[in-house]
Amino acid sequence: MKQEDKTLIQDICARFNRDRTRMMDVLIEAQRALGYLSSDVIDAIAEALAIARVEVESAASFYAFFSQKPRGKFVIRLCNDIIDKLKGVDRVASALREQLGIDFGQTTDDDLFSLEWTSCIGMCDQAPAALINDKIVTRLSSDSIREIVRSLKEHGDFSKLKLALGSGNNSHPLVRSVVDNNLLQRGAVIFAPSEPSQALGKALAMSPTEVIRSIKTSRLRGRGGAGFPTGMKWEFARNATGDARYVLCNADEGEPGTFKDRVILTEAADLMFEGMTIAGYAIGSEQGILYLRGEYAYLRAFLEDVLAQRRSKGLLGDNVGGKAGFNFDIRIQLGAGAYICGEETALISSCEGLRGDPKTRPPFPAQKGYLDMPSIVNNVETFCCVTRILDKGAGWFAAIGTTGSAGTKLFSVSGDCERPGVYELAFGVTLAELLKIVGAEDAIAVQVGGASGRMVNPSEYGKKLCFDELATGGSIMVFGPGRDVIKVARAFMEFFCEESCGYCTPCRVGNRLLKQGLERFIRGMAEPSDIEYLEQLGKTVKTMSRCGLGQTSANPVLSTLQSFRSEYERRVVKNTSGLQPSFDIVKALRDSETIVKRKSVHVGH
Amino acid sequence: MSATIHFTIDGVEVTGKAGQTILQAASEAGIYIPRLCAHKDLTPHGSCRVCTVMVNGRPQAACTQPVSDGAIVENETAEIKELRRNLVEMLFVEGNHYCMFCEKSGNCELQALAYRLGIQAPRYPYFFPQRALDATHPDIFIDHNRCILCGRCVRASKELDGKNVFQFIGRGAHKRVGFNAPDGLGHTDAAVSDRFVSICPVGAILKKRVGYAIPVGQRLFDKRPIGSEIEARRAKGK
Repeated sequence: MKQEDKTLIQDICARFNRDRTRMMDVLIEAQRALGYLSSDVIDAIAEALAIARVEVESAASFYAFFSQKPRGKFVIRLCNDIIDKLKGVDRVASALREQLGIDFGQTTDDDLFSLEWTSCIGMCDQAPAALINDKIVTRLSSDSIREIVRSLKEHGDFSKLKLALGSGNNSHPLVRSVVDNNLLQRGAVIFAPSEPSQALGKALAMSPTEVIRSIKTSRLRGRGGAGFPTGMKWEFARNATGDARYVLCNADEGEPGTFKDRVILTEAADLMFEGMTIAGYAIGSEQGILYLRGEYAYLRAFLEDVLAQRRSKGLLGDNVGGKAGFNFDIRIQLGAGAYICGEETALISSCEGLRGDPKTRPPFPAQKGYLDMPSIVNNVETFCCVTRILDKGAGWFAAIGTTGSAGTKLFSVSGDCERPGVYELAFGVTLAELLKIVGAEDAIAVQVGGASGRMVNPSEYGKKLCFDELATGGSIMVFGPGRDVIKVARAFMEFFCEESCGYCTPCRVGNRLLKQGLERFIRGMAEPSDIEYLEQLGKTVKTMSRCGLGQTSANPVLSTLQSFRSEYERRVVKNTSGLQPSFDIVKALRDSETIVKRKSVHVGH
Repeated sequence: MSATIHFTIDGVEVTGKAGQTILQAASEAGIYIPRLCAHKDLTPHGSCRVCTVMVNGRPQAACTQPVSDGAIVENETAEIKELRRNLVEMLFVEGNHYCMFCEKSGNCELQALAYRLGIQAPRYPYFFPQRALDATHPDIFIDHNRCILCGRCVRASKELDGKNVFQFIGRGAHKRVGFNAPDGLGHTDAAVSDRFVSICPVGAILKKRVGYAIPVGQRLFDKRPIGSEIEARRAKGK
């Protein structure tokens, strides 16, 4: 390793005080500077942080955006979620393969381009989409991607691409992105037109306990999907013993089909940061962290600027808002491509510079979270609600929505609908009403809650969107006539196989088996007993898994078995011949021919 | 932390101490809860999930779940036994477990657990993965084919040997145990006398040149099923 590279690594580590809990930042910066994380780089980081090299490699090898092999100057990560597939991502992929002469997972000989697939990047409303390094390109076609690649080959500068900037702050000098907000309906809470917020001032005039009581009175529940009462979570953290407390904001919006936090981060970041500050005051914290998914790195400079402005206005820093003794600041922790980090304890692991493995519970984060201190993790949207509740009153908020689900909800709608985008509606709206608003009344199936949610058939469209009937963290994926729900389920299982952290057996192995099982139905090789096989397997994964990812990862199979059972039944091959349909004799022969390196003379195929 | 906690496992009254896990209290009481990643000398890991029990109707890993007063724990119901069998079968198809000629046969906890749970052959299709061997260490042989990712070696090296020889590398299906040296175990400070060597429940970590030393019939699980030593405590009326 060149001495100057070693010095560079030492400088990066020094910038983060040689603190191993800042490993994510160190790895991100090292990769940015040197292109990839070679074995030498890992050694140098280990030396500078005075830890075992295997600890560095362990973290580096966990996240999809870190590479231990050389990559091209431009890494094109094409989003392969189900909506991108419906919108023709395969054609874009073919164009890329053809033009670059490489397959996915490879780098061109001139070291200019690498091709990779990536899970949902939060752009389903403008699919197909891709990341080119940390920039976003959307609404791709085979023609548009060819033009992008041609231009990059010509001048090698992403900023010179002739791309139309997106709406709102997407055209802000610090963002300059093609992303569109597609904010199609503003509701009463998050995107309500309003005067500058008085929330923080009002909160600081109350005691911290009163702030928590106000949140409890509002009946606010977590917007990430699980719906845990926010006030109760804060109370646990406030009452837990610890030398410090932390406020963590979950902006790791990775659930396929969700992109509403992207719009909040772009258009209402102040609202979110204000909510975090209020939380800091309420639980007695001096430090907040915004965990921003690596896919949204294009928003980082902009968000840092919002934070800087808040500091200069005295809304962050020492004596926040003029309140003597209340010191609070926020830092941004960038992720690096791992859906699991949206799970709150995995998010904490990642903030601590570790692999994004979920932690053992108990203890819960409110007792022992970030750096083993009492911590709260709330969703971006939840913090925005907090600000409005303090500004306009708990009663005002509680009067919106339903009894069990107060307030509004942001829905990210994508797929086979006329108007994909973000809609803010009061909880309690029925799925049928939402489908009408977005122009998707002919939907044959709707996936509510993303890959970990459930597939709903038309007989359930009259149900309400709320925590107690059809719960969702925001994702609504619409499937129109002619779509195959079993293929959709397979796409979700592919996603879970890719994103499982691999910590526990049922999720690591069971999801691969579930995917294989679906494959048999799709290829017409399923036997009648395969339906029960899938049910038993799904139950095992759901019951035995360690964290929320595993416990919900069988839902694509279990919920389609429930809501679309006839789709499975009609594909079952009735076993009249006495042969096992799942045994593929042609494939078995082909495999053996490959091994022995000669063709079989007895069977023609 | 010496407060006494009373709860039941399959209807049997069990007494535990505050701060204990269900697995620890059960073991002391002579009740065997199947487990693979858990080991009495190591911090609980909660990864194999084989020790999952129902606590007041909710699934919890017994190795990490603290005892609680009045809890109703179900351990040996038909449902749980079936779910455990499924997990053990998953571990068998995920790796390459050649029991018939594995040096660990008869002393292997995975194999013994399969026998105890009545597994004849896995019903799941085998993955037949391609996994590496590492023979770079003069005295220790690593076979990732037989690894079940329980993490006992990772913890033992840290907690018992005071070293840092292992850590998990990769994610999901690509997860494996990595060494603290790019060129293999032989380039780490691992020693054959380290506890991690004998603590592996399967045949993934083996001492070189001592294979098949114990005759069939005298191996650890040849005469009594795994867990018998724990159940013996109860028989003695501990």
